[in-house]
Amino acid sequence: MLDLLKEPVLAVQEFYLLAGRAIRNVFRSPHYTDDIALQMDTIGVGSLLIAALTGFFSGAVMALQMARALSSYGQMGKTGTLVSIVLVRELGPVLTAIMVAGRNSSGMASELGSMKVTEQIDAMRALGTDPIQKLVTPRLIATAVMLPLLTIIADFVGVFGGWVISYVFLHLDSRLYWSTSWRALEWNDITQGLLKPFVFAFAIALIGCFYGLRTTGGTQGVGRATTQAMVAANVMIFILDLLMTKVFVWQAS
Amino acid sequence: MSQDSLPSILRFDHVTVAFGSDVALADVSFEAFEGESRVILGASGSGKTVLLKTALGLVKPDSGEVFAFGQNLTAMSERQLFDIRSKIGMLFQESALFDSLTIEENVAYPLLNQKSIHCAPGQVLPRVEETLEFVELGGTLEKFPSELSGGMKRRAAIARAVVTEPPLVLYDSPTAGLDPITAHTIITLLIKERDVKQTTTLLVTQRYQDGNLIANFRYNSKQGCLEPARNGAGRAMRTTFMVLREGRLIFEGGQDELEESKDPYISKFVKQRV
Repeated sequence: MLDLLKEPVLAVQEFYLLAGRAIRNVFRSPHYTDDIALQMDTIGVGSLLIAALTGFFSGAVMALQMARALSSYGQMGKTGTLVSIVLVRELGPVLTAIMVAGRNSSGMASELGSMKVTEQIDAMRALGTDPIQKLVTPRLIATAVMLPLLTIIADFVGVFGGWVISYVFLHLDSRLYWSTSWRALEWNDITQGLLKPFVFAFAIALIGCFYGLRTTGGTQGVGRATTQAMVAANVMIFILDLLMTKVFVWQAS
Repeated sequence: MSQDSLPSILRFDHVTVAFGSDVALADVSFEAFEGESRVILGASGSGKTVLLKTALGLVKPDSGEVFAFGQNLTAMSERQLFDIRSKIGMLFQESALFDSLTIEENVAYPLLNQKSIHCAPGQVLPRVEETLEFVELGGTLEKFPSELSGGMKRRAAIARAVVTEPPLVLYDSPTAGLDPITAHTIITLLIKERDVKQTTTLLVTQRYQDGNLIANFRYNSKQGCLEPARNGAGRAMRTTFMVLREGRLIFEGGQDELEESKDPYISKFVKQRV
């Protein structure tokens, strides 16, 4: 029984050690600003289209579903309220994080995993570079900066998607939609809408890098690490989302 | 000159390395002196690569101590090890060139990233060009590793290992997977590096003929080729052979002793002599 538990406990310990070192390195030199900029481009600019599309279609679907439910209470004018609240609090952060995890957590695992199995990580250490400082910390910083920004864009495009449906198909007044959307939001919503992607970013970057750096077993191992990273990051996003939502609901009440 | 009177460059003191239940190195002890060449023979999985990585501080021993340049590596943090590593060049088995960087950037990497190497920015490119010329790879600066053949990658990796002119160079199976002509070119480069720069050399290989060349040839810089020097004649230092079997050091000595050995495992390597 103890032998069965040994490996997962060791893996959790290694993950926290990696996380600790990566966060500590944010405040230690050298800072690889070129790598941070490159990762921001890959993670942020590279995920822009997918985040916007996800936001647009989830906003549009929300508007259709909510309008249908609200019309039975004669409250179809509240469509904007529901779309903006649900998007900013939940769907925007979670769906954007899932898209970025699918695209970047797996990408980080495969990139670092390939470097690991071809001894490039060892070469980096041999040539005077801390791989965590050079590879993990820039990815962590880039994800922590870009994911909240992507979420803001996805939220806005989502509310816009809801407006397209409301205006074109439901024939709601544009001014009513936008004013109810805007007035529905409180500071608590904005805070959790930005704090959630910031926390998700840590899970996405650290899980991707963790699985990449512990890759063994050649190209097959790289494939396995990629899949494990994506699954683990997605599961962690949902767990963290539940925990943070509980905290914000408790705090708001 | 006696080897024992020379400074010790690398010392393994009862080193054991295990990965879970697999023992990679078992109670290995040896000492390499300045200017010496050591050829480490052994079958796949005998612990040769682990030995080199332990010498570089990339792998921590489970027991025993490793000393490089008189300093105990086992007691050092990763950051403290960077200083020691700047004195050790390493050629990895599969070259381990950074595939997202050009050959120029790969070779310049240690000059730019090793803190204890003080290379003026204006001197980086000339030193990279000079080292690439040394390994006969001039004109590949802008190429990426994926554009090079296996032998060229190995030469570029040698350039990266020696660009900082480290006093100790570790070569992990430099001829593995190469055709005999390219393998000979690579060993010629190793001997050239050893004799021109007077470096201490640790060569891990499965091929006895690599060790034979290292032990019995020297580089003639005037003619630009190898010439015989039986058992180090004409060179200050001789070559020591080591044989690893399943993590244990089963032989350490000169080429003559190696060839006289009756051990069936050792004679398997010696029979390949050319």
